[in-house]
Amino acid sequence: MTVVTGVTCPVCGSFCDDIELVVKDNVITDVRNACAMGAAKFLNYATHRNLRPLVRKNGELVEASIDEAVKRAAEILVDATYPILYGWSNTSCEAIRVGVELTEEVGGVIDNTSTVCHGPSVLSVQDVGIASCTLGQLRHRADLIFYWASNPWSAHPRHIERYTMFSEGRFQKSTWRGYLSRLRGLVSKKRLQRAANLVLRRDVFAAPEVEHRLPYSMFQKKRKMVVVDVRKTRTAEAADYFLQVEPNKDYELLQAFRMLIRDEELDVDKVAGVPVEILEEVADIMVGCDLGVLFFGLGLTMSEGKLRNVDAALNLTRDLNNRTKFLIMPMRGHFNVTGADVVFTWQTGYPYAIDFSHGYPRYNPGETSVIDILCRNEADASLIIASDPVAHFPRKAAQNLVKNPLIAIDPEVTPTTLMADVVFPSAFVGIETEGTAYRMDHVPLPLKKIVDPPKTCLPDQEILQRILNKVRKLRRNQN
Amino acid sequence: MPKLKFSLLTGRTIDQGKGKEMGKLSKEYLESVIICQIDPKDMRSLGIKENTNVKVTTDFGSVVLRAVKSARAPHPKVVFIPYGPWASLIMNPKTHGTGMPSLKGIPAEVESAPNKKVLSLQNLLAQFHKEERP
Amino acid sequence: MDIAVKDGKIVEKVDERKAEVVDASGMIVMPGGVDIHCHIAGAEVNSGRLLRPEDHVKDVEVKTALTRSGVGYSIPSTFTTGYRYSRMGYTTVMNPSMPPLEARHTHEELDDTPMVDKASYPLLGDWWFVLEHLRDGLVEECAAHVAWIMNATKGYAIKIVNPGGLEAWGFGGNVRNVDDPVPYFNITPREIIRGLCKVNKLLNLPHTIHVHTNNLGKPGNYITALDTMKCVEDLAEGTHPVIHVTHSQFSAFKGSDWRTMSSGAEEIAKYVNHHNHVTLDMGQVIFTDTTTMTADGPFQYGLYQLTGNKWVNHDVETETSSGIVPFRYKRKSAVHATQWSIGLELALLIQNPWKLCMTTDHPNAGPFTAYPRIITWLMSQMARKKTMMKISKRARRNSLLPTIDREYGFYEIAIVTRAGQAKILGLKQKGHLGVGADADVAVYNVNPELVDPSRKYKAVRKAFKKAAYTIKDGEVVVKDGQIVKPVYGKTFWLDVKTSLPMEINDDLKQKFREYWTIEYENYAIPESFLHVSSPISIKAEV
Repeated sequence: MTVVTGVTCPVCGSFCDDIELVVKDNVITDVRNACAMGAAKFLNYATHRNLRPLVRKNGELVEASIDEAVKRAAEILVDATYPILYGWSNTSCEAIRVGVELTEEVGGVIDNTSTVCHGPSVLSVQDVGIASCTLGQLRHRADLIFYWASNPWSAHPRHIERYTMFSEGRFQKSTWRGYLSRLRGLVSKKRLQRAANLVLRRDVFAAPEVEHRLPYSMFQKKRKMVVVDVRKTRTAEAADYFLQVEPNKDYELLQAFRMLIRDEELDVDKVAGVPVEILEEVADIMVGCDLGVLFFGLGLTMSEGKLRNVDAALNLTRDLNNRTKFLIMPMRGHFNVTGADVVFTWQTGYPYAIDFSHGYPRYNPGETSVIDILCRNEADASLIIASDPVAHFPRKAAQNLVKNPLIAIDPEVTPTTLMADVVFPSAFVGIETEGTAYRMDHVPLPLKKIVDPPKTCLPDQEILQRILNKVRKLRRNQN
Repeated sequence: MPKLKFSLLTGRTIDQGKGKEMGKLSKEYLESVIICQIDPKDMRSLGIKENTNVKVTTDFGSVVLRAVKSARAPHPKVVFIPYGPWASLIMNPKTHGTGMPSLKGIPAEVESAPNKKVLSLQNLLAQFHKEERP
Repeated sequence: MDIAVKDGKIVEKVDERKAEVVDASGMIVMPGGVDIHCHIAGAEVNSGRLLRPEDHVKDVEVKTALTRSGVGYSIPSTFTTGYRYSRMGYTTVMNPSMPPLEARHTHEELDDTPMVDKASYPLLGDWWFVLEHLRDGLVEECAAHVAWIMNATKGYAIKIVNPGGLEAWGFGGNVRNVDDPVPYFNITPREIIRGLCKVNKLLNLPHTIHVHTNNLGKPGNYITALDTMKCVEDLAEGTHPVIHVTHSQFSAFKGSDWRTMSSGAEEIAKYVNHHNHVTLDMGQVIFTDTTTMTADGPFQYGLYQLTGNKWVNHDVETETSSGIVPFRYKRKSAVHATQWSIGLELALLIQNPWKLCMTTDHPNAGPFTAYPRIITWLMSQMARKKTMMKISKRARRNSLLPTIDREYGFYEIAIVTRAGQAKILGLKQKGHLGVGADADVAVYNVNPELVDPSRKYKAVRKAFKKAAYTIKDGEVVVKDGQIVKPVYGKTFWLDVKTSLPMEINDDLKQKFREYWTIEYENYAIPESFLHVSSPISIKAEV
């Protein structure tokens, strides 16, 4: 039995690297320090996995040798006119580098999950720039933390304890105790409300009266958290203040803050459902902080306005830097999606949606992004690695993906592998094979190999390299 | 059956997050993604009982899911479905030239459907056709 | 004269019957180019690449049978960077800014930069351990920590940027001069520079401290540059340099504001001519649309305020910061044209070419592909005059260039583009063609006996743009400006051996968690991470 320390968790963008694993006979038996998702991964990754390469024959997926699968995959890519190679977010940078080389070789399009996630944030950054930092800067210095359209409690469970409110920094202290007492207060308040409901038959879910002033605690000189969202998430419950914004109205709210930061007056009473008096007070707090940070999530990139919402948030941060120190960071969710963007950028100059069909990298999201390519029905083959588009793409795109030859590289059985024509079982990065990956703030971290993979499960970069070698061979024979 | 106009949100939940790490075919995952979280007040207006089925329709399709009371209320006229194969059936693929489909803030209609069944994953995937190849 | 190459090294002679012969008659043969300061890899460079798709779209490289595709212009993708340097006859490039926490990223990108040998300098001037140890006068402790971090990040030299200013920028501030104390740390930039200079000596590092001065880009900052050079004057021993002031053009401004800004090159050159402890590199401005990127967060913020352009800021916990702003240098701008003049004035007024390196601080003052053009400005007064005719009248009036008729010869060019650079870096096997040197050779198609570079500068520029031959480790890799053999160079790093135990004890490991958000064991980069690792063993005095 061994204890492996300093393990980097390969689940979300928080990249907690203080995980400890207890390993016995090549099996992980215990996980310490991980959140629910991390623990679920380390303890359950081995169920529901692909163990053998599969090839579709007569409509059915049957077991095949690795060489046969490689040959079939290479043939699919070489025969295709406009293949797409998509995914990349759950694998290592080493594998991603081979992926770019493969896409360049077959003249296809390479895209990663940013395209359905923080792609619009990237587009906005390319227009405005971004005032950001590494997470440690916030742990040490941030006294005002905004989570806007983002719910770390569900998607990045240890974010708050490792980097913001409940973390200890050189200049700022953890607010854990304050939160606990507030939580106790909240729980007893809910209990009383439920009791009152039973006794008085009053509707306990009546919408609370809209407040026109911030609670007193917001004006105290201490570390504060504000959550802006369309519904009161668990993160919002832990916040010092929750700003409920109407759906699809984040843009108006951000622009209103920009005006207030610039000492302009608002002509209306409410913006996005929030009274202007509240906005004015929040703006004062923003300007008066030592160092503020705005974390934003998919609520901004996916709702109406998309990149324009992020535009407004980035510009708000820029404007705030005229008055105080303020930073902004997108909450990247998928394990190594940041790494995929980073590798694509250094090798091709562009972060995602890269088209190699002309022999050099071309970038035009909206044209070269996979959802658009699929909806226009232009791709005639695909290689999907470390992601599950059949489960997560809108139906029309998923349908057009499935109807053409589909190569899937994944350690697990997923809706995508079930619909594929060639399936490669791979080793889990960060558990069965090592690699490098990037945290949401662009800090690179090493991933360890903890246990040995089954012999039939190769690391992603090896599978890709074999396909690449075969593709080159086939093309040489063709010429 | 009364219908109401809603704004549909899709997103992550901790259960869906845990479930996907256990495997996309695991019971935990499948249970976590076939739900639709509704504000209890809206449930009453529509006559929906908790844990019965509802039909959610957008311009792009419709899907039957199990209704649950949202613990995040109040958020009138907003429903939430976790990411997964069922949510994907009714998402908006239009990217408006940005590459990003519209996965939040989609106009939707919700109605009670206690006699309809939630599709099994197998039947859901059977709806995808492969092209005939020589 | 013949040069013999065997097994990647220059040797006395080889068997001519069996050897491959490269006929360089009528051409100039130099050691492969060495670039002491060019931002080509790492977090800040990559953010710059991301920021500028509009810069890439106008300059593409198509995939060939031997080369990967890519894009330029001011921040090329990694493969393109390597190919373009090699086509100009360069064989060694140094990436000068590496945030230690993100060193892994720098090395990943360097590994994907083909054709050249490379190294990188970790940014240490605002590292909390440096600030605290030097504040408490613990120079030897500081040295032991610097040795550790040099090994951990696989670095090559101590890089200092706006010392103290980057820590102040953590809360949005800056330092105003070398004696302005850093908030919360009670130490001045002067003390940081002196302290690290002493550390550099104790550790016997091959290069000196590499310094980007405080107050960069501010009118009147030539005083700060002089203060920076003066503050380590007493630490010099003999004629060895103890400080390298980088992209000195940006630190040679006179005047009190942009209206009165003028050249301080004369004062800087005078000082450098009379002191042997300083070396410089130019940071020559090119009139083009480029991208500025430095670790100087507050300076970059100032540039954003000046231009209103898009702005990227990236502060790194416990260590440093960075900023990126696109920037266009215009001929008709009096300030930009004066900056252009300053770079050349420095190069022409500093008498000893071994003290100066030709750079553009790529991409800050211009892309490295403009080096051939700078060579013509250095070699030909006529070329300088031609450019001067198109610049702002005020800058032309105030420029010293019309009064300078010095013209560099080919030998001096070889010094400022390779021999001197290698010597300043302490790279003993580079920058010369003596026996034992690495066989990195560049052959340029210009005959020094027939061509007068002062008049035929266009032919000189053409020759240096596309090397007739580039030889890397004894193999012909470029012919007539085309890649004929893709190779991957080595990554140099310092393996500093201190006599004190290098193990950082548990107490410090515990401190690690207080200071950073990653674990101690995940910080250091193992040697196996580098594709081709080339450690240089150093024995320290501590």
